[in-house]
Amino acid sequence: MADNKFDTPQLREYPIIPKLKKGVMSHSKPFIAKEPHQEPLGFPGELVDDWENVAIKKMADLQGKYRSLQVYLDSCVKCGACTDKCHYYVGTTDPKNMPVARQDLYRKVYRRYFTFAGKYFPKLVGATDLTKEVLDDWYSYFHQCSQCRRCSVYCPYGIDTAEISMAAREVMDTIGVGQKYCNEIISKVHKIGNNLGLPGPALEDTLEGLEEDVEEETGVAVKYPLDVKGAEVLLVTPSADFFAEPHVDGLIGYGKVFHEAGISWTVSSHASEAANFGMFIGSYDNMRKLAVRIREAAIELGVKRIVFGECGHAWRVAYSFLNTLAGPWDFLDPNYPVPQHICEVTYGLIQENKLKFDKSLNDDMVLTYHDSCNVARASRMGDKAGGQFLIPREIIKATCNNFYDMSSDTIKEGTFCCGGGGGLLTDDLMELRVKGALPRMEALRRVVEEKGVTHMAAICAICKSQFSKVFPYYDFTMDQIVSVHQLVSNAIILTGQNDENDEENHPQEDIDEAA
Amino acid sequence: MLSLLIAALFYIAFLILAYGLVAKILQYKNTPAPLKIPTMPAPTTQAGVVFRMSKEVVFFESLFKSSKVTWLFGWLFHFGLFLDMLRHLRYFIDPVWFWVVIIQPFGKYGSILMLIGLAGLLVRRIVVDRVRYISAPSDHLILVLLLCITTTGMAMSFYLGADVISVKSFFIGLMTFNIQNIPSDPVLISHLVMVAFLMIIFPYSKLLHAPGLFFSPSRNQVDNAREKRHIAKWARDLEKTN
Repeated sequence: MADNKFDTPQLREYPIIPKLKKGVMSHSKPFIAKEPHQEPLGFPGELVDDWENVAIKKMADLQGKYRSLQVYLDSCVKCGACTDKCHYYVGTTDPKNMPVARQDLYRKVYRRYFTFAGKYFPKLVGATDLTKEVLDDWYSYFHQCSQCRRCSVYCPYGIDTAEISMAAREVMDTIGVGQKYCNEIISKVHKIGNNLGLPGPALEDTLEGLEEDVEEETGVAVKYPLDVKGAEVLLVTPSADFFAEPHVDGLIGYGKVFHEAGISWTVSSHASEAANFGMFIGSYDNMRKLAVRIREAAIELGVKRIVFGECGHAWRVAYSFLNTLAGPWDFLDPNYPVPQHICEVTYGLIQENKLKFDKSLNDDMVLTYHDSCNVARASRMGDKAGGQFLIPREIIKATCNNFYDMSSDTIKEGTFCCGGGGGLLTDDLMELRVKGALPRMEALRRVVEEKGVTHMAAICAICKSQFSKVFPYYDFTMDQIVSVHQLVSNAIILTGQNDENDEENHPQEDIDEAA
Repeated sequence: MLSLLIAALFYIAFLILAYGLVAKILQYKNTPAPLKIPTMPAPTTQAGVVFRMSKEVVFFESLFKSSKVTWLFGWLFHFGLFLDMLRHLRYFIDPVWFWVVIIQPFGKYGSILMLIGLAGLLVRRIVVDRVRYISAPSDHLILVLLLCITTTGMAMSFYLGADVISVKSFFIGLMTFNIQNIPSDPVLISHLVMVAFLMIIFPYSKLLHAPGLFFSPSRNQVDNAREKRHIAKWARDLEKTN
């Protein structure tokens, strides 16, 4: 499909490690951020004079601030364990997409300026000056990393290329070479409160529309409240959930769960975005400012709990960083973790028998589940390690009769990124996104053929948008990706509900920015 | 004269190794880890982290997950090296502890494991296109250096023999600042010079992976971000300014 300027990779029957093809992705570069997208984030609008020295100084600064960066730069032994683990390498075969080779773009500069061996014997240890060519490589290949952490699972020292990519992007931002997609979005959140730049009135309209749809469909007045003071729960969800398929079906599901459990909740127009693109560009400062909006909203609305909707990198920032960035949360109800994932809420209610389902309402689908990379490898759900794998699957099994996992090396901690994470979900990187999806597409194709799977569920706005877009390249249809809470929404029996269960139809829209 | 030179070399090598390692370890220790980034699923308790780290250090658990061939050669080499280093303790202690006596033959076979492991790793580095691509000259040379140390050691243990009594009195003397004569055996001397060189480059090369592993936030952090607020000093300062 589509007007490809590139070839969609062939699905392979037996995935073997591909041979290197040097430089095949060196042309892949996202649009550069212009001044209006740089300045609100505190970065210069164009390449600064003396950029080499500014960059080296920034590298020194980051090495002093992040133990991960310093240790990872020193510790790699080039064992090669990670070389076949990156979906972008598998999909593109460009050697610079091997995690270690991507890191080495940074490490060779680190060695040249910061290590004895690199200063005096650069050729021996593969150290190089920071030249314009190196900077071009950085811009290209550090925007071919989705910060999915798969390499860090397999590295004997846990070296996480995401940490290096974040550092490289921050160095580039500091010298005025930012990425338009991420930085434009971050400036929108600073100004308006969400990635899409949806103002309060637009949100209100949307939520009212949902209330009407749900009431028409079920006969039950399920509320989708905005800025309600004194609600128990503040729901923070990716802005994609407000209008695009299949995201919005998930939001409908969250509302039905809260309604049925009798939990009062609200969305905030001030913090109407779960995603935090500050992480993608490695900027602690920007990440913190975005996170603090959630704190401000929680205080303003006087809520007792914070719950996050289905969103992968957002859940990483929420679960792992929110307490650091915007805590302490001592003003919230101490009986609940802060924040909670909507899946934790739903799973808890299922365990307490507070939700009723008719699983047969999902019988038109045979499901599999895509573990989103940042949920799987950078966060947790529930009170036990691995809850992030168990809980979404248990919700699917409670709401569907037909569920099959994909092959074991492609799920849970070994899951493959969808191909669009980490700030790469933009049309100017379409070739990369299609190629990076290859390993997931192969695993999906296998369960489709062997188990008759018809739909794949996910709990990440990026995954959902990415798959809607790349499925057609691999002869799937865009509606084969569904939200987990869409399944909940389909199967839940609301108290006082009328009998008919017609599916509502929302126009399929393209919402890449809504991650 | 030769004894003095070798003695001086080992004093210098030891100082560089000790200074370099202490400096690096302090640097790692003093650099904050501002965010919780354990690779999940991660242990939720400190005891769990000790268990996770032990599996990495002793069994190379993550490497086992990623590449069985690299794991096999890498683990054989490191395990052999470990046995051999224990065996070499006898040159530095007098009287020799009981358990060091017991493990002497195992240490000897350790060198065979080292040889197999190093040879496998070197062949892999040359033959596998991905690993060849990421290798700098130093990556090959470190393997060659270790191979030369191993083979000179094996030559002495298995074929040529060495005047181990004199070697021991030399090293005991070195430790008590009372330099003794070292046998002018070329295989022995080259073995020692290469070991000293390895000590010197240790803190300035990728051999830093040894202390690095213990400081790797993705492996040594407890998964308890929601329960306990984790914040670095520079991040706290940032909160005060804006």
